Amino acid sequence: MNLTLKVWRQKDAKSKGQLVTYEAKDISPDMSFLEMIDVVNEDLIKKGEDPIAFDHDCREGICGMCSMYINGRAHGPKTGITTCQLHMRSFQDGDTIVIEPWRAAAFPVVKDLVVDRSAFDRIIQAGGFVSVNTGGVPDANAIPIPKKQADKAFDAATCIGCGACVASCKNGSAMLFVAAKVTQLALLPQGQVERKQRVENMVAQMEKEGFGACSNTGACSVECPKLIGQENIATLNREYIYAKLTSDNIPGSEAKK
Amino acid sequence: MNLDSKIPDGPLADKWDKHKFNLKLVNPANKRKYEIIVVGTGLAGASAAASLAELGYKVKAFCFQDSPRRAHSIAAQGGINAAKNYRNDGDSVYRLFYDTIKGGDYRAREGNVYRLAQVSVNIIDQCVAQGVPFAREYGGLLDNRSFGGAQVSRTFYARGQTGQQLLLGAYSALERQVGLGTVKMYPRTEMLDLVVIDGQARGIVTRNLVTGEIESHAGHAVLLCTGGYGNVFYLSTNAQGSNATAAWRAHKKGAFFANPCFTQIHPTCIPVTGDHQSKLTLMSESLRNDGRVWVPKNKGDKRAPADIPENERDYFLERKYPSFGNLVPRDVASRNAKEQCDAGKGVGASGLAVYLDFADAIKRMGEDAVRAKYGNLFDMYEQITGENPYKVPMRIYPAVHYTMGGLWVDYNLMTTIPGLYALGEANFSDHGANRLGASALMQGLADGYFVIPYTIGDYLATTGPVALDVNHPAFKAAEKEVKDNIKKLLSINGNKTVTEYHRELGKIMWNYCGMARNAEGLTKAKGMIKALREDFWKNVKVIGDDANLNQNLEKASRVADFLELGELMVDDALHRNESCGGHFREEYQTEENEAKRDDENFSYVAAWEYKGPGQPEQLNKEELKFENVKPTQRSYK
Repeated sequence: MNLTLKVWRQKDAKSKGQLVTYEAKDISPDMSFLEMIDVVNEDLIKKGEDPIAFDHDCREGICGMCSMYINGRAHGPKTGITTCQLHMRSFQDGDTIVIEPWRAAAFPVVKDLVVDRSAFDRIIQAGGFVSVNTGGVPDANAIPIPKKQADKAFDAATCIGCGACVASCKNGSAMLFVAAKVTQLALLPQGQVERKQRVENMVAQMEKEGFGACSNTGACSVECPKLIGQENIATLNREYIYAKLTSDNIPGSEAKK
Repeated sequence: MNLDSKIPDGPLADKWDKHKFNLKLVNPANKRKYEIIVVGTGLAGASAAASLAELGYKVKAFCFQDSPRRAHSIAAQGGINAAKNYRNDGDSVYRLFYDTIKGGDYRAREGNVYRLAQVSVNIIDQCVAQGVPFAREYGGLLDNRSFGGAQVSRTFYARGQTGQQLLLGAYSALERQVGLGTVKMYPRTEMLDLVVIDGQARGIVTRNLVTGEIESHAGHAVLLCTGGYGNVFYLSTNAQGSNATAAWRAHKKGAFFANPCFTQIHPTCIPVTGDHQSKLTLMSESLRNDGRVWVPKNKGDKRAPADIPENERDYFLERKYPSFGNLVPRDVASRNAKEQCDAGKGVGASGLAVYLDFADAIKRMGEDAVRAKYGNLFDMYEQITGENPYKVPMRIYPAVHYTMGGLWVDYNLMTTIPGLYALGEANFSDHGANRLGASALMQGLADGYFVIPYTIGDYLATTGPVALDVNHPAFKAAEKEVKDNIKKLLSINGNKTVTEYHRELGKIMWNYCGMARNAEGLTKAKGMIKALREDFWKNVKVIGDDANLNQNLEKASRVADFLELGELMVDDALHRNESCGGHFREEYQTEENEAKRDDENFSYVAAWEYKGPGQPEQLNKEELKFENVKPTQRSYK
């Protein structure tokens, strides 16, 4: 199949970017979307032009590195998958495909389709952990956890930190990302000790990073490659309100930048 | 050179305890005077960086991805072994040790493997305490499943995403330390050289992948947790960025490279469809718990699988290995699949695939139960192939997955360069010639959480908190070398792309140094790699400049190293005149086509020493002593 691509090209964070048109020829429907870009890039290199920079690594939908906004949707037209799992059989011969980087104030463009998502790491640094050092922990079976609860915690923990939720949100909100981690640890007995300060600190950091507020449109869950649901945001709100009502902390006092 | 493995003497079960007591300690107040560099943030790197920072050391951690959470450990699917014996099915530390030594075809050290089995139980405790959501039973206790090469259920898992959950646990511990200021994290930064001063590892030279800046970082010790070198084969289950550069450049600075030819070909991967393919996707070994592997009995039978009646199918693993059946170790399963395909019984368009069939499991357990157990793997398969594995059997074929070889390390995980350590897949130490399923996660975390925090103190206490200086001439010389190399790559401006070279190298490696090898093919491959490498340095086309994010340049520098490492793998395979584990030399096989070891002549670790550009590497041998397990012909019948 032959396709027309309109790809966002931007030299670096300081330069202005623009959409540039490329032709992708003889594309096999068995190729993944990223393999199609590989083909285009090989052509560009042969012509002596700068290949399109894009983030990718595992190419099996789990590392969360790939991050393309395809035809106005994060990770392309299908749901429940990442861009590397999108195959060209999902497109028609002759299609025009528009490819942009994640668009969000908190994710500045590094080059072309590559953005800086380090804000997510800083949110985890603020509280996305259980404060246990290596060694000296109880036996793994010392604390039984009901299967249902463990399964729910797992569902939240499957977040791959790709940022599709933020990119899809009209407010550029990171609520689903934060909600996934808060929910996972709030459900598990191991997370109870720091339950309140965790949610306070993570939300404070999220706001500091310039992510927008949540207006419950639900686009984030639709576009999440791991289909992390809206109920996690409800849990986050509940956890947050409870923590704030009973807080011993001054809001935001422990947020780091 | 005499390779001292530093395995403590005394009874197997007491070695590690005794060794821990004999290791020198660094007083808590002095730990902050030491700086430790950790390269790579997968299971080994993240767990090591976090644990060392918790102890009070100053840590700098590096990864080439945009976040430490993306290291390729994240993609491990099936599970992690531990000798918990929660099932009451006869497991023990000794049995895990025994299975691993036997699974590795008696080419690993007893002392290392026993320690691995001992600390395996602590890993599970640690991960649960971090909030890792392992699979549980209705009573709330942890669930287990079985894996290849074992007759007990000792594998802990989190659906098909165990690596992800374990890595996120280690990542959260790491980020906690970053937040506390005890670890300084350098993402999008690649190590391009090791700096050795007065015979000791003293730092690294890195490239900032966004700005192109070349920087020096000094430390009292350097830990390479940089994974394996499977991408030498171009197509593998590794991530696109997985590379051997850090380990290879350390090798060229004096770290011996051990058993490079021991590579693992995983039996259950989605088959190749064409030249455009950039990677192969693994289907977890756990599928072999319920899936049955078969091919048509008749050559060239092109009927749809459903049309082939039961009596015209050959369930070859169940037939040949009745006691382990579909759960034979990976090397055995892979080789048998190849054998069937070579005999013309392969299925699918290419004929390079066998069926992995769940029809019986669905009949026995119901589709819902199968979905609950393997749902995400089935979805992944359908996504890639466009076929529904609930209705038609999966087609699978072996693919390069893991490298047992790596930098030579002693019992303390130290390489032949004092102060340079290698952890996880980057070292060679625990899996012998074949790794058992669910053991990579175990080893990565064992090294990072429970071995290096003890052993590194001994070295640091001995050498002291000497002043570090990145302006030392050795740093400047390494920086210059790195810069010159980059300049050279950018200046060639030939007419072949980096990917073309890489793909070509991969084909040579797969054809001659893959699942089956022979002297003639290996000799031929050596010449081909040499010619390809020479051509690369004359004719490669690398675009752009070095003061910018330049993925083409990154790849060129990694492929240049693969072109050297590939030759060493071939040399190693050629010198090892025996078959063992993943190394199958066609000249050395039993009458039943099983790997035939030669313990008399090859019961050693082959540790290769770099002797300068264009010089043949020198072979050093570390004899393997088996005091507890008697090496026998491996049998899974």
